[in-house]
Amino acid sequence: MSNDIKITKGLDIKLEGEAEKALESAVISNTCTIRPEDFHGVIPKLVARVGDKVKAGGSVFYDKSNESVQFVSPVSGEIVDILRGEKRKILAIKIQADKTQVYQENEKINVQSANAETIKSLLLASGCWPFIKQRPYDVIANPQKSPKAIFVSGYNSAPLAADYDFVLQGKEAELQAAVTALGKLTEGKVHVSVKQGGSSPLSGLSGVTMHQVSGPHPVGNVGTQINKIDPVNKGETVWTINPQDLVIIGELLLTGKFNAERIVALVGSSVQKPRYFKTKIGSEVATMIYDNGVEQNGNYRVISGNVLSGKQVKPDGNLDYYSNLITVIPEGDDYELFGWNKPVFNKVSTTRAMTFSWLNPNKKYNLNTNTNGEHRAFVLTGNYEEVFPLDIYPMQILKSCMYNDLDEMEALGMYEVAPEDFALTEFVCVSKQPHQEIIRRGLDVMIKEIG
Amino acid sequence: MGLKSNLHNLKEKYKGTKYAPAFNALHTFLYLPNETTHNGTHIKAADDLKRTMNTVIMAMVPCLIFGMFNAGYQHFSALGTPVEFLSWDAFYIGLIKVLPLLIVSYGVGLGIEFLFAIIKKHEVEEGYLVTGMLVPLIVPIDIPLWMLAVAVAFGVVIGKEVFGGTGMNILNPALTIRAFLFFAYPTWMSGDKVWVHGAVERSQEIAAGANVDAISGETILGSLAQGHEIHYSISDMFFGFIPGSVGETSTFLILLGGLFLIFTKIGSWRIMLSSVLGALVMGLIFNGVASSGWIAESSKFYALMNTEFWHHLLIGGFAFGTVYMATDPVTASQTNKGKWIYGFLIGFLSIMIRVFNPAYPEGVMLAILLMNVFAPTIDHYVVQANVKKRMKRLKVKTA
Repeated sequence: MSNDIKITKGLDIKLEGEAEKALESAVISNTCTIRPEDFHGVIPKLVARVGDKVKAGGSVFYDKSNESVQFVSPVSGEIVDILRGEKRKILAIKIQADKTQVYQENEKINVQSANAETIKSLLLASGCWPFIKQRPYDVIANPQKSPKAIFVSGYNSAPLAADYDFVLQGKEAELQAAVTALGKLTEGKVHVSVKQGGSSPLSGLSGVTMHQVSGPHPVGNVGTQINKIDPVNKGETVWTINPQDLVIIGELLLTGKFNAERIVALVGSSVQKPRYFKTKIGSEVATMIYDNGVEQNGNYRVISGNVLSGKQVKPDGNLDYYSNLITVIPEGDDYELFGWNKPVFNKVSTTRAMTFSWLNPNKKYNLNTNTNGEHRAFVLTGNYEEVFPLDIYPMQILKSCMYNDLDEMEALGMYEVAPEDFALTEFVCVSKQPHQEIIRRGLDVMIKEIG
Repeated sequence: MGLKSNLHNLKEKYKGTKYAPAFNALHTFLYLPNETTHNGTHIKAADDLKRTMNTVIMAMVPCLIFGMFNAGYQHFSALGTPVEFLSWDAFYIGLIKVLPLLIVSYGVGLGIEFLFAIIKKHEVEEGYLVTGMLVPLIVPIDIPLWMLAVAVAFGVVIGKEVFGGTGMNILNPALTIRAFLFFAYPTWMSGDKVWVHGAVERSQEIAAGANVDAISGETILGSLAQGHEIHYSISDMFFGFIPGSVGETSTFLILLGGLFLIFTKIGSWRIMLSSVLGALVMGLIFNGVASSGWIAESSKFYALMNTEFWHHLLIGGFAFGTVYMATDPVTASQTNKGKWIYGFLIGFLSIMIRVFNPAYPEGVMLAILLMNVFAPTIDHYVVQANVKKRMKRLKVKTA
């Protein structure tokens, strides 16, 4: 069996503002913010209070339903504020960073000889566990369950994505340590995929099953790769980890320190000089976006993550826990005269209904946040399938989520999907339905009802 | 822009009131709204439902204009005073006869849509834009306007709104409207008097004792069913210089419209192609039956069965139904495999009903309505195949 994955269904959305391969150190952020909402489904129980001092890697809260999963501070400093919302739900924990960073010292282990239990308890205690996500449900992995396989996608095919080949440079030792350790936590394989023809630092790893992938987005989505390599069946679990988080795990295993440093790409058509920054998880985006970036008070949207699945953040907001990308694109809050019927040259479309992006497949577009139409019932069929490579019926599964038919959701393949797998169908949707939200809600219902 | 900001202020003013949907429908007709994405994808593709529907309408405009010319052309030909096809005389008759049909269709249909949107507090959905265009093209030219209005009201309310509006209906609304007309007022929908403007009027004059020649407005299918001789050439049939419903006659323009829909990826090529295949297969079977002598030449089915199999594509409403109505995404099969089956059966059944229905020799409408009903069943089995595959994968694992 060939290890290569090639897909033809999908869509590369080419946008202006790709990051130049130049690395800069971002201004050190004064405050660092952790938002529990980044960890879907986690109910935080605080261990630190306002005024407490924490070290980098020191515990801030744990998961109420899985008490062994610790969430740690990316920086050392003082907790200055805990923002709460309705019903005292914790929205954000703000930490004022110290001038000199102090790290929590975890025990160093020998990755080669350590057993699974030691590795697991170290990852849980050190705050590295939240980097491990699981399918089904696309939530933080349940430490009580052993996965049938672990997947790492070393190719990010999303629009304007940070190039893993670039950001992982020189991190081979950390990556190797991390995959060796994680390999002991599964009886199955560790699947790592890299872009065909690329020069990924991941391709030299040993002890893993390597896959070369090629084709349009979403070939780089780990969900696509799971579906092609070893789909999740009922009762099974697989784990997924982003490669940049492998670096943090690897460094912890090698040095005992939780180093939240991460290389982040600043991209998007509103950015003057798109490039890479070295920064930390939870940093304020303001430390990166203004210098040679965007104008103050311009009409743009800052997204932590990519344009398809990222989160909107305010310019004074912060980088979320998992993303290595900040995208800034113009807001589209304006009317367009006869925008629904006039020929369109400056927007992307998969049809040719007086839309002409098919004429020029390599053109880069400057897209804004306009919905280009209003929300409607599902009407058109067959257009999702063109951009959806999984062996699942997208419209049928979306509808089953909308009417909460658990049996049907299960039968149609809900265990295999994550919201991000439906980003492209949402993008092309003529009826402007919120596919990712529908899937997320469906998954949440399943967690609640089935567990 | 004065207009833009004035409309924006009005929109804010009407927001939350019950007339908001009606105002927004008109507003969004002028301007693409200023709505932005929230969570989920921050960018969206250029197409919306309005653009999609508009593309289908554009594909039908040539048929409408041709239908206007043809209405006059057939009228004068039947009177025995033929005029040039592309003449003002011909177009004038078409204009005064077809335009009212169009206005009644849109007026009544959209009126009901607006009403329902206001009552049910949702936005006006664009589904009727296509239905409203289809309706005048698939009715006989002399249909009384009040009948059309009643039928449209029935079709929109019973065919669509009771199911929840656009996207939820089981039967194609345009065909529901036509079926209503067909069963409620059969004398206006079939026979040899309704397809040419003036024929009905003339027959009434004759009945009243006037000494004039009757106008025959028989369609080709009608002639075949009655065993009459056909005096139209293949090229007449292909280009559409024949009597029939307003917009269905020109196979050539429908073919162009179909190609346009396929090119724009709005219409399903799977349905169109498989439907044509289905029709050809059924036609071939009938040809085989006729040529092997299983059916007597005196049989009333003989002429239709013996019609060269590919001529079926050119006559009657087959081409129009296949391109513009079988492909309605809401009522068709929604899976790609299902579309092949659905389309094939439409073609197959169309020709079968056409041949075996001597009272009204046309089967496309009934075939599409029938398959509309079966489309969810087809999809069910297609989707079940995917479900079974998933179950099997699990069994292999656990075994």
